[in-house]
Amino acid sequence: MKLFAPLAALCLLAFASTSQAADPNLGRNLAATCANCHGTNGNAVKGSGMDALAGMEKAKILQKLADYKNGDKPASIMHQITKGYTEVQLDLIAGYFAAQK
Amino acid sequence: MMLMKRRDFLKVSAAAGAMASLYGCAGGGKASGHVVVVGGGYGGATVAKYLRMWSEGDVQVTLIERNPTFISCPISNLVIGGTKTMEDITVSYDGLKSKWGVRVVQDDVVAVDAAKKTISLKAGGSMSYDRLVLSPGVDFMWDEIPGLNSADAQSKILHAWKAGPQTVALRKQLESMKDGGTYAISIPKAPYRCPPGPYERASLVANYFKQSKPKSKVIILDANEDVTSKKGLFTKAWADLYKGIIEYRNNSEVKDVEVGTNTAVLEFDKFKADVLNIIPPHRAGDIAAKSGIKLINNRWVDVNWLSMESTSTPGIHVLGDAVFPAPTMPKSGHMANQHGKLAAAAILNMLSGQAPNPEPVVMNTCYSFVDAKNVIHVASVHQYDAATKTVQPVKGAGGVSVARNELEGKAAMGWARNIWADMLT
Repeated sequence: MKLFAPLAALCLLAFASTSQAADPNLGRNLAATCANCHGTNGNAVKGSGMDALAGMEKAKILQKLADYKNGDKPASIMHQITKGYTEVQLDLIAGYFAAQK
Repeated sequence: MMLMKRRDFLKVSAAAGAMASLYGCAGGGKASGHVVVVGGGYGGATVAKYLRMWSEGDVQVTLIERNPTFISCPISNLVIGGTKTMEDITVSYDGLKSKWGVRVVQDDVVAVDAAKKTISLKAGGSMSYDRLVLSPGVDFMWDEIPGLNSADAQSKILHAWKAGPQTVALRKQLESMKDGGTYAISIPKAPYRCPPGPYERASLVANYFKQSKPKSKVIILDANEDVTSKKGLFTKAWADLYKGIIEYRNNSEVKDVEVGTNTAVLEFDKFKADVLNIIPPHRAGDIAAKSGIKLINNRWVDVNWLSMESTSTPGIHVLGDAVFPAPTMPKSGHMANQHGKLAAAAILNMLSGQAPNPEPVVMNTCYSFVDAKNVIHVASVHQYDAATKTVQPVKGAGGVSVARNELEGKAAMGWARNIWADMLT
């Protein structure tokens, strides 16, 4: 019992800290919110007219998103959607898509 | 000695608090187990695929769906309007089976035993689960429209608010209607499935009449005070394109029907139509209530927005239209797909001893056709807010189209092709 009490305390501590920290799959989860239109993992259906984001350079994706968000690039809908995400979230999304095949 | 240690450990972890014991302390372990998903629509098909994909096949997934193929509600108004076919909105479950290794069972779930973690199937037999996902869509509250509370009445006065045989049947009624006839569609009080859907349908039926039966009329009997979605864009389309064809009546709740004469009964009025299309009020699919989980207003499931888990019953997650919506969240196929991904991520964390992602995001995009080519959209992004324990719409984000346009008509079909692939292939 004595041996296990500190372990339990550690366990609780570990839980408390992980519940505050960012999820290790945050980028994956955020990018999945884009997949409805841009395809699973950014692989848009060919010929569907949607941008395929898988494997696109991260800086290029971030620039596109920033241009939409700032209104520098004309859009029908993306200017409204990009404003819903923080800069940190957009960075994670761009990083995730850039790493996909 | 080993047994003693295990007992001590169990005592200690029990004392360590409910939260710790909920997710254990294994942290970072691999997810494994069996997840049963009930309902293969926008929510259920998505969670099934994403559980298999994100666990790299380590989590076993069984999807129980009563229909042999997926038939989409979004785009089905174009079938009713006559510019698309059922084939265009039908997708096979084969991709889920062969590409993702989901076990797809065509059956109905008739009971859930949350304590034993089993479900019973209509065809007989039962199945055990580690986690259960209910994505049951909606069922209709026939009691609210007493005259419709029989199979015979329901075969004559259609809802076509679940895509399938009713979609085909409503199209046939419109084709059989004489020129100069009246089509009336009734809309229940919000919240209901697909807020702009009835207005889109009215527009597309009017488009068909304009081209093929120009003396005919479309009447919208709306139980709500006003158009509930994309109001300015719909009313402009009706004024520009369908003047003299569409008539909109607010505060016009249908209380009953007289089946023999195709008559809608309102509070102080009656309305006879040649084609009467009643969308009755609805609630979470029946299996939600049967499973004993907590419903709000006896209609919609109360969920924890970090995991889509029922607030009353651990181990049961609920998705899509069946859920009591977060502020301004629409009941849409797109949103159900987002619920599916939120739940898949949370379930995999929970099955591997971790807490769910503390900052989930979901978003919605909804395109509506106002004629065969021109489309209007509404979009929104919803971020989890720890203070209110729900997902809240991001202020300044989202919005609607500037004006109806053909470019978004193409985007709408691109959306459909991509979301169907995201769920099913």
